[in-house]
Amino acid sequence: MSRSDVLVDADWVQAHLDDPKVVIVEVDEDTAAYDKNHIRNAVRIDWKKDLQDPVRRDFIDQAGFEALLSAKGIANDDTVVLYGGNNNWFASYAYWYFKLYGHGDVRLLDGGRKKWELDSRELVVEQPQRAATQYTAQPADSSIRAFRDDVVNAIGTLNLVDVRSPDEFSGKLLAPAHLPQEQSQRPGHVPSAKNIPWAKNANDDGTFKSDDELKALYEAEGVDLATDTIAYCRIGERSALTWFVLHELLGQENVKNYDGSWTEYGSLVGVPIELGN
Amino acid sequence: MCGAKAGGPDLAGVDVANETIIQGSVTRNDEPVNGYVRLLDENGEFTAEVPTSATGQFRFFARPGKWTLRALVPGATVDRQVVATQGEFTEVAIAV
Repeated sequence: MSRSDVLVDADWVQAHLDDPKVVIVEVDEDTAAYDKNHIRNAVRIDWKKDLQDPVRRDFIDQAGFEALLSAKGIANDDTVVLYGGNNNWFASYAYWYFKLYGHGDVRLLDGGRKKWELDSRELVVEQPQRAATQYTAQPADSSIRAFRDDVVNAIGTLNLVDVRSPDEFSGKLLAPAHLPQEQSQRPGHVPSAKNIPWAKNANDDGTFKSDDELKALYEAEGVDLATDTIAYCRIGERSALTWFVLHELLGQENVKNYDGSWTEYGSLVGVPIELGN
Repeated sequence: MCGAKAGGPDLAGVDVANETIIQGSVTRNDEPVNGYVRLLDENGEFTAEVPTSATGQFRFFARPGKWTLRALVPGATVDRQVVATQGEFTEVAIAV
């Protein structure tokens, strides 16, 4: 798999805005951002309303994913290009869902909404109308998803990559600094985890660094790319970006995203936690 | 669109006394600019990033200490150093 199979630049998207077999999808942390404006012909997936189980803490199941994509007018053979704010955090999270449920051709827009805006490219208010489809999803691929016991069992054995900011890793902050710090769980990190903040994967404009730079980053931080890896953050969206880097860009075979992440682990009774750097 | 507002977005429901708030606005020729503000720690490490609001405002919930704010707007990048204190608003007006 090459980088262009999973990542496209803004010029590519610009050239495919009217391609009926390319569906551009915006997924933002700020779910109202799409209402303000968006890339022409882009549809929205709301990570809170569309991607989460409405009752349990879990994400939508196979039938839910099929219903969602059918309603959005996305067909199995469409090329899906995801983009969003916050350097593609939630677009990466959605990308991971698309892979988990076996979509054939899904890619990220390099740099996401920020790069598009900083380039002063066109954004519109009009929402496209796409005819509903009969989307068929594959059973969830559990090889790319980690659960809490996987994380506990990985301590001191597998690569654990904590992609939060240094202050969250050390326990000084409980949430990213653009959110209020009102959380009930304990601060800190999983013992033996390496702190490699997601931001180190990206340039200031939100585009990903080169494969060589990314490989050098993980090797310099002591991550053996031949060993299985679990990435986590606070709720699993920033670590989906790191999962994308390791699994999709660098081609590391066994990488799991722990979407329970710190909001689950930091609330578990009796599990080991480390503080400090 | 009206002009840029001072301060950050609405704080309803936030326990301000327990937060270390850095907020402000980004303007060009006194008009709000749509762009992004990054928060970097004392080692220059990325900590957070927010888009500016329609009125050019931004806000971070940080911790006490030294920080760098980096405003990214079309065609310009501007850094500002600040020192933040718990329970206080650190106000930063960034002109680009």
